[in-house]
Amino acid sequence: MSDIATYNFAYLDEQTKRMIRRAILKGIAIPGYQVPFASREMPMPYGWGTGGVQVTASIIGPDDVLKVIDQGADDTTNAVSIRAFFRKVADVETTTDTARATIIQTRHRIPEHPLSEGQTLVYQVPIPEPLRFLEPRETETRKMHALEEYGLMHVKLYEDIARNGHIATTYAYPVKVEGRYVMDPSPTPKFDNPKMHMSAALQLFGAGREQRIYAIPPHTSVVSLDFEDHPFEVQRFEKPCALCGAEQVYLDEVILDDRGGRMFVCSDTDFCEKRREAGHVGELGMAVDGLEAVR
Amino acid sequence: MSVTVSSPADDTPLLRVSSVSKSYGARTGCEDVSFELWPGEVLAVVGESGSGKTTLLNCISSRLMPTSGTVSYRMRDHTWRELYRMSEAERRFLMRTDWGFVHQNPADGLRMTVSAGANVGERLMAVGDRHYGNIRSTAIDWLGRVEIGADRIDDEPRAFSGGMRQRLQIARNLVTSPRLVFMDEPTGGLDVSVQARLLDLLRGLVADLGLAAIVVTHDLAVARLLSHRMMVMKDGRVIETGLTDRVLDDPREAYTQLLVSSILQV
Amino acid sequence: MATPLVVSEVAKGFTMHLRGGLKLPVVDDVSFSLRAGECAVLGGPSGAGKSSILKMLYGNYSVDTGQIIVQHRGMLVDIARAAPRVVLSVRRETIGYVSQFLRTVPRVSALDVVAEPLTTAGADREAARDSAAALLARLNLPKTLWSLPPATFSGGEQQRVNIARGFITSHPILLLDEPTASLDAVNRQVVIDLIAEKKQAGVALLGIFHDQDVREAVADAVIDVTRFAPKKVAA
Repeated sequence: MSDIATYNFAYLDEQTKRMIRRAILKGIAIPGYQVPFASREMPMPYGWGTGGVQVTASIIGPDDVLKVIDQGADDTTNAVSIRAFFRKVADVETTTDTARATIIQTRHRIPEHPLSEGQTLVYQVPIPEPLRFLEPRETETRKMHALEEYGLMHVKLYEDIARNGHIATTYAYPVKVEGRYVMDPSPTPKFDNPKMHMSAALQLFGAGREQRIYAIPPHTSVVSLDFEDHPFEVQRFEKPCALCGAEQVYLDEVILDDRGGRMFVCSDTDFCEKRREAGHVGELGMAVDGLEAVR
Repeated sequence: MSVTVSSPADDTPLLRVSSVSKSYGARTGCEDVSFELWPGEVLAVVGESGSGKTTLLNCISSRLMPTSGTVSYRMRDHTWRELYRMSEAERRFLMRTDWGFVHQNPADGLRMTVSAGANVGERLMAVGDRHYGNIRSTAIDWLGRVEIGADRIDDEPRAFSGGMRQRLQIARNLVTSPRLVFMDEPTGGLDVSVQARLLDLLRGLVADLGLAAIVVTHDLAVARLLSHRMMVMKDGRVIETGLTDRVLDDPREAYTQLLVSSILQV
Repeated sequence: MATPLVVSEVAKGFTMHLRGGLKLPVVDDVSFSLRAGECAVLGGPSGAGKSSILKMLYGNYSVDTGQIIVQHRGMLVDIARAAPRVVLSVRRETIGYVSQFLRTVPRVSALDVVAEPLTTAGADREAARDSAAALLARLNLPKTLWSLPPATFSGGEQQRVNIARGFITSHPILLLDEPTASLDAVNRQVVIDLIAEKKQAGVALLGIFHDQDVREAVADAVIDVTRFAPKKVAA
């Protein structure tokens, strides 16, 4: 990193990292609780993951292996540039391989490959307060968290059912952590909610603009809110991944041409490629080499 | 002639207010107010603007800590609790279960951006009701009781008239069967004809449910129709109290006589 | 014979604060009692305080001094000093009142206005409506009016609704403030019959009647209110 010697390791100064680590430790000690922190200006705009980047910068060490995904993909602009950022400012190894990564920074997905002990998942969070849209006053939402007054969260789900006949919230689906705090899992699809429950990995959430950090320690209960007569359900897909044939994974719609042609493929690109390398083939039957033409 | 006169009503009060005072610096909000309220009793607090009636209402409904004095409430398990010695969590729980508060402006008591059904159902969900179907049927029942059609259940209160909003606010408060309801000028911003309907509805609900209520109003007609008992306030103090028709038909204090004589007769 | 209500040494005056604290004594040293099964009539010229006495007995006017003792739930209650909710309990169960004017809530039908004293006492709504209908029929109120709110009725019609509301209960004491004032001869006779039935049932009645013939038909005793005129004192 000789060419950027003017920067400290991982961009942030040590005092800032300490401050953020304290917030992270407090978040881990109180699972699901939003800890305020003094968010710094980062060399990227708000909405591009400034919260997640600060958390990653505060926990990353020279031996870490970093993976960054955006909507499940390793190769989109946001993921590529954040990976490049940390290669430059921390000189760390980066990877697209979920199993090999020690830190995975994510925008709106949890990898399909089960996470294991020792791994840390860092979420980029736009709006950390699950009660925000129904109760605009921060003083009031804080009090509601403190006093465990969460009836309002169900009002939101009630509205969903009243308007759509079912709970139509498909992402940022509220969860209760360790039976205490109601938390917004960031705009991940609710498909990923069950993966948060009792995960072996440490899950950290950073909201840069809103200046909040929260956490789910490993092996913590995470329950999606629901009604007795409208229980929580994850999305189901009619067909398996068109490329690798995987079932029970989250799929993205890909438009193939301007005549309505489309296919559904794994949103987790690393997972999909690994399967195809192992010989799995979906209905479009493309070989590994053919994929690059599509993407 | 000497007779032993006994009180035939031996039940215990629901609320005990003792020497409640609230001052804002040198200025007095209300001073040395004491009274008891029994189950099923409706008490009207009347007086002109600035007489301290809203300050008093806020003090006894846990919304404003008095400078001195105590407010005690008999809980459902019959234990007496002093309001300002309870934890905030307990007070807030009381507020959304055993108590109700009807604001003059319905927008202050409603969630304007969620449906009427969710407005009514919120208290049920707050106390742990997790069955959508039950919540919805209870909401329909309560909308009916305040004369709002079941077909309006998914409409937002923004689409309601002032009178409907006020009725919705009442339903939202009564759904958990509170024993005590506070009302701050409940008919304040409404047209006369809408007022009449609301008053009639309130009177019926209060009688049917055996609610105790404290109604703050400057409108003596509202007090006459709704309340059993009246307290007249002036400059922060209670200057006259008694049976509502007694105070209105035979006012004793100079100020009460002035108030009563200022009513427009129609 | 039982005396469910005893008035002793009651005095009452008004202080008109809006007129410089002018003191208007109304009655002084009012003492009498009511007997079950009898109708007593307050006699005397207008302005003598007849109406004020009725209102004090009902707790509607305050009492300056003296006692109004009523048998209520097997106990003796002093209306002059009773707490508001005790007075309300007495009104619910012991003392009924037929006033000259009807004061009702908008939107409530005549039938429900009449039935209300029974339903608030805990009676079944349908049974109460049946009793109300029977009374309104007896008082010749056209059936088409029963489901309408009485606010728009004529004086005589309102008065009949009022009478029905007063007579529907079985209060042991009934106060009547000119119940026949705006009634025709036929309906006056109905009221006379109703009073007779109340006496038969052992009710103690106290009334003000300006109609000579009604008064003669119902009165068992006349209480001359001029006896209670305040002694002249220098103002």
